[in-house]
Amino acid sequence: MNLSEKEVSKRIEGLPLPQSIRRALEGELQDVEVSEEQFSEITETVVADYRRSKVEPCEAVGVVAAQSIGEPGTQMTMRTFHYAGVAEINVTLGLPRLIEIVDARKIPSTPTMTIRLDKDYALDRDIAREVAWSIESTNILHLGSMATDLAEMNVVIELNEDALLQRKITAEEVAGRLAEGTKLPAEQHANQIIMTPPEPSYRDLLQLVEKIKTISLKGIEGINRVVIRKEGDEYVLYTEGSALKEVIQFQGVDPTRTKTNNITEIGDVLGIEAARNAIINEATDTLREQGLSVDVRHIMLVADIMTCDGEVKQIGRHGVSGEKASVLARAAFEVTVNHILDAAVRGDVDDLRGVTENVIVGQPIQLGTGDVKLVAKR
Amino acid sequence: MTVPKRIGKISFGLISPQEFRRMSVVKIITADTYDDDGFPIEMGLMDPRLGVIDPGLRCRSCGGRPGECPGHFGHIDLIAPVIHVGFAKLIRKILRGICRECSRLMLLEGEKRMYIDQIETIVRLGQTTDDIVNKVFAEARKHKVCPYCSAPQQEIKFERPLAYVEEGHKLTASDIRDRFEKIPDEDIKVMGMNPDTARPEWMLLTVLPVPPVTMRPSITLESGQRSEDDLTHKLVDIIRINQRFQENREAGAPQLIIEDLWELLQYHITTFLDNTVSGVPPARHRSGRPLKTLSQRLKGKEGRFRGSLSGKRVNFSARTVISPDPNLSINEVGVPLEIAMELSVPLVVSPRNIEVMRDFVRRGSDKHPGVNYITRADGRRVKVTDRNAEEVAEQLEPGWKIDRQLMDGDIVLFNRQPSLHRMSIMSHRVIVMPHKTFRLNPAVCPPYNADFDGDEMNLHVPQTEEARAEAEILMRVQENILSPRFGGPIIGGIHDYVTGNFLLTHGDRRISRLEVMEVLKKLHHLEIPEPVGWNEAGEPYWTGKQIFSLILPRGLNLEFKASFCKNCDSCKREACDDDAYVVIRDGKILTGTIDAAAVGAFKGKITDRVIKEYGPTVGAGFIDGMTQMAIRGIMLAGFSFGIDDEDIPKDAEDQIEDVLNAARENVTKLIDAYKAGELEPLPGRTLDETLEMRIMQTLGKARDNAGSIAGRYLGIDNSGVVMAVSGARGSMLNLTQMAACVGQQSVRGERIRRGYEGRTLPHFRRGDLGAEAHGFVQSSYKEGLNPTEFFFHAIGGREGLVDTAIRTSQSGYLQRRLINALQDLEVQYDGTVKETRGIIVQFSYGEDGVDASKRDYASPENVHRIVQRVLKKEGA
Repeated sequence: MNLSEKEVSKRIEGLPLPQSIRRALEGELQDVEVSEEQFSEITETVVADYRRSKVEPCEAVGVVAAQSIGEPGTQMTMRTFHYAGVAEINVTLGLPRLIEIVDARKIPSTPTMTIRLDKDYALDRDIAREVAWSIESTNILHLGSMATDLAEMNVVIELNEDALLQRKITAEEVAGRLAEGTKLPAEQHANQIIMTPPEPSYRDLLQLVEKIKTISLKGIEGINRVVIRKEGDEYVLYTEGSALKEVIQFQGVDPTRTKTNNITEIGDVLGIEAARNAIINEATDTLREQGLSVDVRHIMLVADIMTCDGEVKQIGRHGVSGEKASVLARAAFEVTVNHILDAAVRGDVDDLRGVTENVIVGQPIQLGTGDVKLVAKR
Repeated sequence: MTVPKRIGKISFGLISPQEFRRMSVVKIITADTYDDDGFPIEMGLMDPRLGVIDPGLRCRSCGGRPGECPGHFGHIDLIAPVIHVGFAKLIRKILRGICRECSRLMLLEGEKRMYIDQIETIVRLGQTTDDIVNKVFAEARKHKVCPYCSAPQQEIKFERPLAYVEEGHKLTASDIRDRFEKIPDEDIKVMGMNPDTARPEWMLLTVLPVPPVTMRPSITLESGQRSEDDLTHKLVDIIRINQRFQENREAGAPQLIIEDLWELLQYHITTFLDNTVSGVPPARHRSGRPLKTLSQRLKGKEGRFRGSLSGKRVNFSARTVISPDPNLSINEVGVPLEIAMELSVPLVVSPRNIEVMRDFVRRGSDKHPGVNYITRADGRRVKVTDRNAEEVAEQLEPGWKIDRQLMDGDIVLFNRQPSLHRMSIMSHRVIVMPHKTFRLNPAVCPPYNADFDGDEMNLHVPQTEEARAEAEILMRVQENILSPRFGGPIIGGIHDYVTGNFLLTHGDRRISRLEVMEVLKKLHHLEIPEPVGWNEAGEPYWTGKQIFSLILPRGLNLEFKASFCKNCDSCKREACDDDAYVVIRDGKILTGTIDAAAVGAFKGKITDRVIKEYGPTVGAGFIDGMTQMAIRGIMLAGFSFGIDDEDIPKDAEDQIEDVLNAARENVTKLIDAYKAGELEPLPGRTLDETLEMRIMQTLGKARDNAGSIAGRYLGIDNSGVVMAVSGARGSMLNLTQMAACVGQQSVRGERIRRGYEGRTLPHFRRGDLGAEAHGFVQSSYKEGLNPTEFFFHAIGGREGLVDTAIRTSQSGYLQRRLINALQDLEVQYDGTVKETRGIIVQFSYGEDGVDASKRDYASPENVHRIVQRVLKKEGA
């Protein structure tokens, strides 16, 4: 007697297995005739094999994870810049990128975003380009040229008609933004804008020029360049610079498939769980790009210890290691003397539960076989 | 057996002056150390009550001999209080936070209670209180008038290095101490301190502990002169100034002199504690070298914490050069006889083994395997020599211990630095051998990352039964074939092992009876299968695939692409023209060639399957068999690679020449187009960058083309190609560089541009953008490089060297940080991952609780296999 598909699914759901295996089992047993005995033999073997694959209690998984990520570090390249995906945008890769990830830097050395668009926007090159133009931060040099008139002591900006049209901005808007940004009046005649510093001084004039250059006229500040690339059927935008919060609110952008390589930013905008996943993804990508295979479980553990307190903490003195419970462990890591002085003042107590502490006092560590507190009676 | 004692916890705190005096064995009053006869002066810095370092003397405090006596503290009574530098910042904070009149912390009662609650909560959560305490001080400082006694407060300025100035007057350490003494206990708690273990006034020293002589031993130079430790020198200074201070004060010296002396005393004590305080000139030795005082002893890599406490020295270890021996099992290590006779394993004599033990002892210590020491039941150790061997053997009684020399079958730990992962220390069985190197099977090189260009390795002999059991069960090489990093085999064939198997199993190589015997000579318990055929002379022959199948376990089924598979567009599978599709049915190779993809380290598919289906013992046996077979297989065929193996016909040379010339022309065209302004820039790139990228592309392609031309002429019978293709060593790129063209040299991924103004070398015109002028090496290594090419090649090569040097230090630090952050994590019995504070880091390890090295048992592929097996069985 064969089991019905429904029955099979129902029974599989009840098994003590992780979801991935349940899905696989369901997939395998689809469209297959299975008898009661066959089904129970299969499930028994699968469950037994899963039991066999489980980590043993007391296993020092932390050390294994640290070694699994640290050891391939020696095989990674130092070359900082390389082109990942798009030839036009530089991204930090290899060991420097890995260090950056575990350092939990506020801003990575090369922030970039991958922006995917909604269906209506993604398939047409021109529409995609339009989105790109409006996201890209536009400054005065994109729109025309700027010159200083030393006789009149003012800055003359000549706008390019085509550039204005392309970027969908009018001369009036430009003048308005400049006036707002510099808090100075901007005289605008057709495509010419003249700005004068309050005092006629060379220094002020030159400073004004620099100031004007930095003003973002349109688009999102911080996104300096947007490149369009076709991937499959759709057009994808790659950016230099990152501003997740602004970009995901943009018309046409698909916020669910848009990402940045700035982990802290993801943490701030989308929350700590998202930051944890971002660490896993970024670290996995970095390692895979170098052709090194590392099990996700190790990377997960690193991501989890970095985020388990609710904020992204660095692996190192100013993060995880600096907040250890044990005085001796902290002293043995870095800035030895200060930790001891502080501990003395606070009257800290070291419970000697970690590895370093026990090595220091010279007794077995409380991990692995050292954690079995069983004494034979004789 | 008694339960070993454990240190439960360690509390930290400040020591009060009373406590100092209580633990002191002597008050030090004279700055002198030894008298003219070389005896320590009483109440001097080397007082015999402080402990002993001179052999033959006994400690006057505890009666111990040098080595037994841990040393005892003395003390110096300071004439006036002195600030402890380590707490300078905290003293400043407290001074600013408390009332200058009544010494109360200037916060309202309600606030204090709130902060105490917060601190208690945070301590319970195991987090740091720094932020709250800083807030307490910041808030308290805001009060300009004391809320308790209404005294107006003054701004207290801190002057580097150690002065507190209020209203233009310097606060003396005594003033500060007076103020701190009055702070009530409740207020101290608000400041995040525990008044029982750390009163603020204890941060100002009135008594200075004198460390025991054992931690500042003096050494006697050859000239008979005594040379004192840095700490002793510093203490001498302190005592002298302290005395002068006292004399001057008693004599009623002017305030100015008193203050000067006080400051000098402060200076000496500051440098005694820390000789690198900014703003304080470091105290120096007579030779000008800065003294190494207390802080310096603790800090840094060679300091007490990292150097002496976290890293310990061991006995029963050996180190020597390693060399290969393919006849050893991967589980074994060859140990030189000399080393085996020095190292020993402790054994307990029992009624059951006493005769065997006697035999060992009788051999003495000069005949292997003998005994180096015996320990009698009362704990006395006797060195076994030729002379007393016989006698000691007779005396031997159950309960005694003997230190038997290392012999075959003992289990030892083997290690190569840097120990980057747990496979850097594995346990092996000893095989005692002649000569002076450690021998190991080259198949275990990958986990150790060892080679034989002079590498040295360490060996440790476990000394307890527990240690040996752990080493044997957990650390054996065979238990570590699968790496926990990616769940695949990290041990496997390298270099000639891969080549050997390739040569043996590629195509339908006929192997005669004699050759079969030769190949199988070192393998045990094998049955030679039926020959596949007989040749013209009527002699039977076998195929390499047949022979290799002998070491495969029965019932093994596997299909995969070999390493030298060309990844054709449509795979013909079993019918592959190159014999690159491996099919194994019931432990027999039907088609395909065994190469790196089958047995190689890091990727061996057969190794992987065998271990996962048949366990580590069978797996280790397979690797052993594979290495034995490969070594003899390669000897059957003969294998060498020389300069003439890179020879390519004139034809090919001409073709390569053409390809390179064409490329050079294209480059010229690109440059012309660039100069004429006709070059289209790539989006988002400048014109210069575009040109560079296009040139790099063109030249890169040219090199690849040259390589494929050379590759066409160097067929599969070329040794270099065999090695590259089978994954044994090298790549086709290396062959290309040797036979055809070395290619573009680069620095930071760009063509070489540095050098003189506008040009790389004076051999070129300024502004020349051509291929040669920027590091394109057209020659092959075999042809030889011309001088400019050679120079550019050296530039590129140097970058590689610098890169490696920097990478090792960077990745080393990354590793140290990772380990330090994660080392306390452990899987609990309930499957969660917790750290020492008890905080849960993961609810289930890796979200599914699966061990990375056993992950295949919990994979969809395994489910597929199980389902197929069950369904097939029932169907049949």
